[in-house]
Amino acid sequence: MAKLTIPIGPQHPALKEPEKFMITVEGETVVDADVRIGHMHRGLEKMFENRTYMQLIHATERICGICSFTHSTNFCQNVEYILGTDPPPRGLYLRTIMNEWERIHSHLLWLGIAGHEMGFDTLLMWSWDDREEILNLFEDITGNRVTHAYNTIGGVRRDISDAQIQRSLRVHDYLLERMDAYVHVALNEKTVLKRTQGVGILTTEDAKRLCAVGPRLRASNISYDVRKNDPYAAYDQIPWEVITCDTLDVHAQLVVRALEIIEAIKMCKYMLENLPAGDIRIKVPRKVPEGEAISRTEAPRGEDLHYLKSNGTDKPERLKVRAPTLANILNVAHVLKGANIADVPMIVAGIDPCMGCMDRVLIVDSEKETSRVWDREQLRKYSIDWYEKEAFR
Amino acid sequence: MNIVESLVYMLIFPGFLFLTSYAFFAQYIDRKLYARFQKRVGPPFIQPIADFIKLMSKEDVVPKAADKRMFTLAPIVGLAAVITAFMYIPIAWESSLLPSFEGDLIVVLYLLTIPTLALFLAGWTSGNPFGQVGSMRAITQMISYEIPFFMALLAPALIVGSWSFGNIVTDQMNGIWLIFLAPIAFIVAIITLQGKLERLPFDIPEAETEIVGGPLTEYSGRRLALFKAMLDIEMVVGASVITALFLGGPHLFIDFSGLPLAPYLPFIIGVIIFFVKVLAVILILTLIKSVVARYRIDQMVTLSYRWMVSLAVVQLVIIILAKYMGWL
Repeated sequence: MAKLTIPIGPQHPALKEPEKFMITVEGETVVDADVRIGHMHRGLEKMFENRTYMQLIHATERICGICSFTHSTNFCQNVEYILGTDPPPRGLYLRTIMNEWERIHSHLLWLGIAGHEMGFDTLLMWSWDDREEILNLFEDITGNRVTHAYNTIGGVRRDISDAQIQRSLRVHDYLLERMDAYVHVALNEKTVLKRTQGVGILTTEDAKRLCAVGPRLRASNISYDVRKNDPYAAYDQIPWEVITCDTLDVHAQLVVRALEIIEAIKMCKYMLENLPAGDIRIKVPRKVPEGEAISRTEAPRGEDLHYLKSNGTDKPERLKVRAPTLANILNVAHVLKGANIADVPMIVAGIDPCMGCMDRVLIVDSEKETSRVWDREQLRKYSIDWYEKEAFR
Repeated sequence: MNIVESLVYMLIFPGFLFLTSYAFFAQYIDRKLYARFQKRVGPPFIQPIADFIKLMSKEDVVPKAADKRMFTLAPIVGLAAVITAFMYIPIAWESSLLPSFEGDLIVVLYLLTIPTLALFLAGWTSGNPFGQVGSMRAITQMISYEIPFFMALLAPALIVGSWSFGNIVTDQMNGIWLIFLAPIAFIVAIITLQGKLERLPFDIPEAETEIVGGPLTEYSGRRLALFKAMLDIEMVVGASVITALFLGGPHLFIDFSGLPLAPYLPFIIGVIIFFVKVLAVILILTLIKSVVARYRIDQMVTLSYRWMVSLAVVQLVIIILAKYMGWL
């Protein structure tokens, strides 16, 4: 049978963001996959360099629309490391609760997307409906549903009242009940099992070799979680378990994520019931002394890494963000080879990709080994020239 | 029938006009139920017709790489085939008002395979890689569901001993609905019909997240509207076939023939009963659609040949044995 090269992306219904997967198929089997990233350029990292630290709390939150809180946590932690300050326990607990809520809503969102990719739209509608509950909680506590503006250097910005704690606990009980249904679907629904079991197997060795992170790593039966292995915020003070699964496929990711939601709900319930009293934040100076720091957090999608270098002013010298999807895209390219064409969306969606957080543009000439910085106008001109060349080829 | 009656029969009732209106209504019911199962509000009543008119008025693009004649012919032939198929289905049984002949079941089944072939040709000649993959899937799916579907519909014909819709329906009106005599065949027919209509879990040829729109990727405007109408009508015809063969057609255990204005009033009541039953079949189809994920094409073939064909054969063997023993 003739080989056929099919472009999945940059515009394709399976991808919510522009990224190009050139797959070569023989009949229904993928024989080769080429992943081209870098279709988005937002100029965020350059922008970070001329904003003050207080503005950057809100700027980093806008790196990602789903894991907004984990990025701002990372940034605040970095500044706190350089300043050498520790937020008060209540602030840390609230930060941890928000991080876990974010995990719950992100995983529920993924559950819906996975359902959509395998044609199970009912799962999408139902899980997104339940996700609303968590978003409403966010609105209740922080004032916003997506970009919460809740984190700040040295703690959090709003306290939580007893009435709010009671309301939150009720929502957690409801969600625990709903999760039973989802776990039942994930483990028993025949068509779901057919579409996920044995699909996109990433062995333990390959996962280590290709530096997978997050649920993809834990689905490859490696018990690694930044929250456990390098605890931050209040993760070392609360009881919880790392979820792993040994079937290595997309179904393992489904199970890991579903059980992680349950674990997160239990953690939040524990934290809300045992919230320490006291302040929620401490005052910090506006200028940050010279220094550099690396902060890691376990975003819902995996390990999120920020590097911050300060130069003694109120603006950072450099802020580098390594979003989890960049670490996971390598294993996608590996796993796609040999897959069925029908499974390509499942495998790509399996890592819960967030291309917008991941993409950077760097112009490198590989022959002369030089790199350049382009401004917006030059980029625009380049894109117009490139597409005209493509169109009249 | 004289020429005027024939024209009315073909163009107004139960032909083109009535059938398309009913198909839009069925599409509305399908979408609304699907939405309610998913905790959504669902479309308003007028939505299917509005969609159709919208598509009709949109720009119609034929890609350069496509074979223009085939690209235009495919939706027309497919639509004509499903509408013709509906002519032979006894929506109400009054032998003087409806045509029926020995073998019309086979004609209907034959006409019902044409939409899939039209889809295959449409995708294959559209010059789009997604269309070609979708076409391959459509044809693979066709050879896997057609056989169990035919075998399942053979069961009622075997029980009654006739290839005619008319005889099968008459037999059910005088006796028992065939769903009670051939329940396995009914289940097989419903599941394979889902494959024929390319609905979940078998919407493999047009799997949106995998191959965009499958064979219909390049279609737009009027041609797409015709294809969409074809799929809606195919759903109604498929459900009607099952209603006529298994659910007693227009029969509801009550004899309406004594009513005044006979045979017209009993005929109308029969039609209403028939189309309510068709809606019940569509309800089952929608229910299946909303609780499953999509199969892969290889899994679909396995399912068809390993389970559907076996079940259909078991049903046929049971019927033949029962006939041989003289129970039927």
